[in-house]
Order: sequence, then structure tokens, then C-alpha cells
Amino acid sequence: MLEIKNLHVKVGNHEILKGVDLTVRTGEVHSIMGPNGSGKSTLAQVLAGRETYEVTAGKVTYDGKNLLEMAPEDRAREGVFMAFQYPVEIPGVSSAYFLKAGLNAIRKHRGLEELDAVDFLELVKEKIKLLEVDERLLHRSVNEGFSGGEKKRNEIFQMLVLEPRLAIMDETDSGLDIDALKTVARGVNALRSPDRAILVITHYQRMLNYIVPDAVHVLVDGRIVKSGGKELAHELEAKGYGWVEAQARAAAPAKA
Amino acid sequence: MNAVAQQTNLYLEAFAQFEKATAGDGGAWLHPIRRAAIARFADLGFPTPRDEDWRFTNVAPIAGTAFRLAGEGGAVPGPEALTPFAFAGIACHRLVFVNGRYVPGLSAPGSLPAGVRVGSLAEALRADRGLLEPHLTRYADYHHDAFSALNTAFLADGAFVRIPRGQVVEAPIHLLYVSTGAKVPLVTHPRNLLVADEDSQATIVEDYVSLGEGVAFSNVVTELVVGESAVVSHYLIEREGRQAFNVSTLRSQQGRSSSVASHTVLLGGALVRNNVHPVLAGEGGDCLVNGLYLATGRQHMDNYMKVEHMGPHCGSRQFYHGILDGQSRGVFHGRIIVHKGAQKTDAKQTNRNLLLSEQAQIDTKPQLEIYADDVKCTHGATIGQINPEAIFYLRSRGIAEAAARALLLFAFAGESLQRMKVEPIREHLERLVRRWLPHGDVLEDAR
Repeated sequence: MLEIKNLHVKVGNHEILKGVDLTVRTGEVHSIMGPNGSGKSTLAQVLAGRETYEVTAGKVTYDGKNLLEMAPEDRAREGVFMAFQYPVEIPGVSSAYFLKAGLNAIRKHRGLEELDAVDFLELVKEKIKLLEVDERLLHRSVNEGFSGGEKKRNEIFQMLVLEPRLAIMDETDSGLDIDALKTVARGVNALRSPDRAILVITHYQRMLNYIVPDAVHVLVDGRIVKSGGKELAHELEAKGYGWVEAQARAAAPAKA
Repeated sequence: MNAVAQQTNLYLEAFAQFEKATAGDGGAWLHPIRRAAIARFADLGFPTPRDEDWRFTNVAPIAGTAFRLAGEGGAVPGPEALTPFAFAGIACHRLVFVNGRYVPGLSAPGSLPAGVRVGSLAEALRADRGLLEPHLTRYADYHHDAFSALNTAFLADGAFVRIPRGQVVEAPIHLLYVSTGAKVPLVTHPRNLLVADEDSQATIVEDYVSLGEGVAFSNVVTELVVGESAVVSHYLIEREGRQAFNVSTLRSQQGRSSSVASHTVLLGGALVRNNVHPVLAGEGGDCLVNGLYLATGRQHMDNYMKVEHMGPHCGSRQFYHGILDGQSRGVFHGRIIVHKGAQKTDAKQTNRNLLLSEQAQIDTKPQLEIYADDVKCTHGATIGQINPEAIFYLRSRGIAEAAARALLLFAFAGESLQRMKVEPIREHLERLVRRWLPHGDVLEDAR
């Protein structure tokens, strides 16, 4: 479903991703772990279509299409969703209007009928319960005045409504208490299905207790330096990132 | 002699004729004031950018145009031409003025509570000197402001509204000023006197529109006198054509514990100057000064606020939002004057602007003059572009870029519009704003 090959990404003169390779098949859940500054969020943002990043080399194929050539809204309509690490506050735009506009744009693209206000509310009420989000949130401005936890839950709520095929969680777990983390994980697991893929980007292993990944990759200094099963996450939790970074440094001259 | 001075002479000549023409009518008691006003105008002349209050607005296009004073008996449009200007879903008490003159045939004052007056000032000048004299020309400063001086000199028609003590007028009073356009540039001097006595309530809308092309100059002065505990909402809608000049002054005088909301939406006109000048004279008064200006092309919109706190324990809040596109230019000049004795004043001022093009320009200037020592005054201004992070966020959820921009602009404008509490008026204005916004059509079902 998602194939990343030799992806190089720059911001200004600073190269952040230095040749990322990653393949995620339909139905799989992959986790990308790594120390701060390793390029995790950059990878998520580039997949979602953020234009402030410059792709200097490499290819990203999504469902056989060249993802990097698509506008952010087209990626969303094709089923790509990123849960933002820092969701943006948008005063004056109600959550309900925003989400309905997004959902209907996606439905239209998929050849489905657009939902009217009544059907839309029915749909979202069902999803909102799962995340223990206050229904009144729908009538508030998008993310405005939300607590950190509310913002993260709101991202997952949007994800459940938009039903993406490829969901990317950008450090959705950071700053969440254990209860909120469980709620978020419940939302993500509800989305898990054989025709979807999920990419969980995180610094910590804790969320992976609740969203059990099929594969774990370690991103260090813009490269994936180690891949393994879910037990790799536990190893990182126990030993920290120091040893993989050391391994990566040792391996780097050989590569060069 | 330069061009500006020549056109000044034109006003002086027109005044001589105007004085002769109005000599016999019932408003002759005003002549000494009119004469004093034209003398002040002759002394002052039109302001120039050297004048601190006009630093960012050059009125040369007005001063240099040979306007003719619009007279009575011009062509009057049919009622169907006015349909687009009506607020759907509410029956207003409506007065229509065509080129500055009241037209009874197009007006529908409707049924009003006992003692309430909603009619033309021309008629009141003839018959109600007693009601007018205590207020008319007492508040708007024609001694220092050339445009108010001109308006006062040519004072002849406009709206006269009076709400007696304790009366509530529920439906809005809609004052519609229509410029029909003519072969020669026309000037009108609408003069409105709005008096809300103690404990009364009303909503009054001044609405300036154009039918047809043509250079027109509306030089408006409105005196709004608000008695103790009275509650008044005032709306100013400027939606004239792109060849129109509009200089409008709202001068409100507020009594004890009164509450006034002034809402302004500027969409039309070539050069617009919007003066809002509330004076909180009594103790415990409150005023909201809320506005939205949307300019594009070569439009110039100048908002000059002068909020005067005289009584203690008064609150004032100014919120002005501007969106500027094309080569347009916006001005926000927000003065707050807290006089000695206006203790416990709570004054707030916010001006926010979005620039949509490289050539658009905004000058924003707060000016606080505080002569009391126990007060709270805050001000803030921002100038920026649409937040690219917010656009990306919307696009990442499937919303097209053009729609995302329109949505964010409408939300920005919406902050001003949401303060306007009369729903049919707000919805009407929301439609106008959506129509103005680039790609605003995608928002047609926004609410």
C-alpha cells in the first residue's frame, strides 16, 4: 500500500531525511520510533503533503500512485490521514462544519452521496461516544481552547469519521495520561482492518502496549537503522536509543 | 488658486443658493447655525494629510471634484429596484431616501408604538422645532471638522427617529439611502437625528446603496442621543458603487447606564471615511464599537474611532477587522480619550487585519489619552496573512485549497459578524461577505 524508497527531505539547507526506505502492506500496523530530532515528524508531514519540506530525492508510492505529486486534499480524498502532533486552532470555524466539509469532499471523490446535516450528526454521534469526547465539542471552533488531550482525541475522532485507508499518527501519545492513551488506542484499534494500514510514530513504547504493531522501525538521524517485531519496542524502552544510535554510527562509515 | 480652493468656492456659491431656496420653509430657525457652519467650512477648507486626523487619507479626489448639490424632484426608482436591499425574514420600519431626499412612496414606516417617531428630518424641521432644537447640531462638531461643517451648512433632510421613555421598538428601523447616479457628480448631506429617551430600546440601520453608475458623494452626519438606561444598536452598511465617496460620522451621546452597540460593515465605495465618535457622558454607560471593512481594487477605507469616556464606571470595547485585497488601502485610527473624572474606565481596543495581496496596505494607529488615574485601557493591533498552518490542516482533511482560504477568511470576518445580534440582518451581511470573498460561493451553505 505504501512504499517509500530512498526518501531525502530538506528544510532550508538542512537535510532531515537522508534516505528512508519503508514498505507497509495493507492490513499492517507499523511503528516508527526514534529519538527527538531523528526526522519522525518530518516523515509524517511529508506523507501528508506539507509544502514547507523539500523532497530532494526518492519516491513514495501509495496504492500504486506517486503520492508526492498529489495535493494534500487529494491525498486525504484518496484515504491518507495524519493525526497532527500539534493540531491547529481555527477560531470561527465550528468542528461540525469543518468535519462535514472534509467528509463530504472525500465522499464526493469516492462517488458517494454527500451527507446532509442530519445524517452527518447521526454518524458522528456514534463515533464520538467511542472516544469519550463531549458532544458539545462539535459546536465549538476547531481545537480552540481545547486541552492537549482533547486535541489528540479530536484528531482520532476525525480519523474515525473520515475512515482513511492509511492513517498516520504523529506522536499522538505524547503528553497523554494513561486513560486518554487507552481511549486513543481504542479509537485506533477500531479502525484496524485488513484493508487499511496504520503508521504509528512515537517516541515511547507505551502506546504500543495498546496498539500492537506488526513491525517496529527505528529512525535515527534521518535513516531507518533497525527494523524488527514488537519486541524491538520493548528493547528500546528498556535500553533507550543510545545503543541503536551507536550501532548506526558504527555502520555509517561502512555504508559511505 | 489651486483646484481644491476652487471647489471650496463652489460649496460657498451653492450655499448662497441653498439659503435662498430654503428661506421660506419651517427650518429657517436653523439658518444662523447653517451660516456659522459654512463660515467654519470656508475657514477650515478640506483636510489634507498634514492634518494628524487625516494622515493616511487624502481627500483630494473629493475636494477636487465639482459636485452638484442633489436637489429635490429627481427621478425615483421603482420599489422592485430596492428588493435586493431588504433583510429577508423581518419586516423593518423602512425609510427610503433617494439622493438625500425622503421618498414617502418607497417608505414603509409601519405601525409604531405610541409616541414613537420614525420619519423624515425635513418634515420634523417644519413641524417639530421643539423636539429637534435641544439636540440637533448640539453634538456633531462642525467647528473643527470640515465635513461635519458642510453637512450642517446644507442640513435639510435625513431621518428623524425618536423613541419616547420606556418604549421598545422591536423591529429594526431601516434607513436606506439610495444614490441613483447622474451625469454630473452629485453630493448629498444626509443628516440623521436619532433620539432614544430613558429606558427605551431600538435597532437602527443606516444602509448606503447605489443604483446605477455615477460619481456620488454621501456626506453623512448622524447624531444619536441615548438617554439613561436606554439600549440602542446602530448598524452602518456601506455598499455603494465603486465610484462613490462616503464620509460618515456617527456621533453618539450616552446617558447614565445606557448601552450602545455600533456595528459597521464597509464593502463599497471608492473612498470611505467612517467616523465613530461615542461620548460616554453618564456614569456606568457601555459601548461596543464593532466593525468589518473589506476592500479590494483601489478602494480606500478609513476608520476613525474616537471613544470619549467622561463619566465614571463606563466600558467601551472596540473590535475592528479588515480584509484588504488588490491595491486597496485600509486605515484604522483608534483614539480613546479618558477625561478627568472618568475613573474606573474599562476601555479595550482591538484591530486585526489580513492582507491578501502584496499591494494591499493598512495603517493602524492606536491613540490613548488618559487624564484619570484609576482606569484600565488596552489596545492591540495585528496585521498578517492567512495562517498557512490552518490552510494545511483543512486541506489535510480533504478540503480544497480555495475553499480552505474562503473558510478561514469567512471565519475571520465572522468574528465581527457574530457580534451583530439581529439575525436577519446578520444573515444578510454574511451573504454579502461570502459574495465578496474570493471563492466565497463554496461557503453558500456555511450555516
